[in-house]
Amino acid sequence: MDWIYAPWPWYVAGPLIALTMFALLLIGKQFGMSSNLRTCCAAVGGDKIADFFNFNWKKDRWNLMVAVGAIVGGYLAANYMSTNTVAINPSIATELSQKYQISGAGTAYLPSELFANERFFEWKSVVTLLLGGVLIGFGARYAGGCTSGHAISGLSNLQLPSLLAVIGFFIGGMTMVYFLFPLIF
Amino acid sequence: MKYLAYLFIGTFFGIVMYKSEAASWFRIYEMFRFGSFHMYGIIGSALVLGIIGVQIIKRKNVKPITGEPMQLHAKNKSVPRYLFGGILFGLGWALAGACPGPMFVLAGAGYLTILWVILGALIGTFLYGILRNRLPH
Repeated sequence: MDWIYAPWPWYVAGPLIALTMFALLLIGKQFGMSSNLRTCCAAVGGDKIADFFNFNWKKDRWNLMVAVGAIVGGYLAANYMSTNTVAINPSIATELSQKYQISGAGTAYLPSELFANERFFEWKSVVTLLLGGVLIGFGARYAGGCTSGHAISGLSNLQLPSLLAVIGFFIGGMTMVYFLFPLIF
Repeated sequence: MKYLAYLFIGTFFGIVMYKSEAASWFRIYEMFRFGSFHMYGIIGSALVLGIIGVQIIKRKNVKPITGEPMQLHAKNKSVPRYLFGGILFGLGWALAGACPGPMFVLAGAGYLTILWVILGALIGTFLYGILRNRLPH
């Protein structure tokens, strides 16, 4: 039964992500996981404040269903298919614990220093996670897509703008871990 | 019936994200530190198959079974929006260790603190909607 709990290697996961994209294309939709955020803003009346949310969001309810599915998938995977531990490169794990006091690589799925349920109201966790979320939401809409919309969908369609966006993702991500992490953690 | 299909595809995708560890903060940090091939292998292999499949769809003129037009839109040509937007997104991706798909996956997995990231992402989307006309695109 161990194989059920073992993590899936990249050569299994990558093709299954491509399959997800093609399944959506074949039922007339484009793969992108951040557009549901815009749908949510429109559904709660955002169109009264900004034109950007003035569109027929009911036609985009499908992306909310995909998001609900992702929640269900996370529940099933975490509860029935996983030991909920992630082993990364040992030297990176050591670096995290020694430089930033972020432990748990190898024994947890997420670092408890940021994500433990007991820290739900701890200001440092709240500020860090909220700020991360704002950057993700703002950046995804400004760039017109996120990892799935640009790095998978857009690049698969050989879109130069998506390549620019992915280069941007890496400039931002590397700036964060190389220059800002020492200041934040 | 169609909504069940979206739900099913989302569930499948959620399991893939969690089981491949692409939803783990540790894997995202490791990726940006170039500590492992894992994340590059996931994105790279999805991309190689994606490029081949999209070429087949275009050359054979494959249509969705629903009768709708194929949704393979060309992105608008521009530099600042993709570069600046991409950089902001990357900063958030590395800090929160999750992108928009995995955010929902982690909520389902029971990590309640991820709700702050989701709330932040909704606020960020909203802020973009308000500021859009003042930003270079």
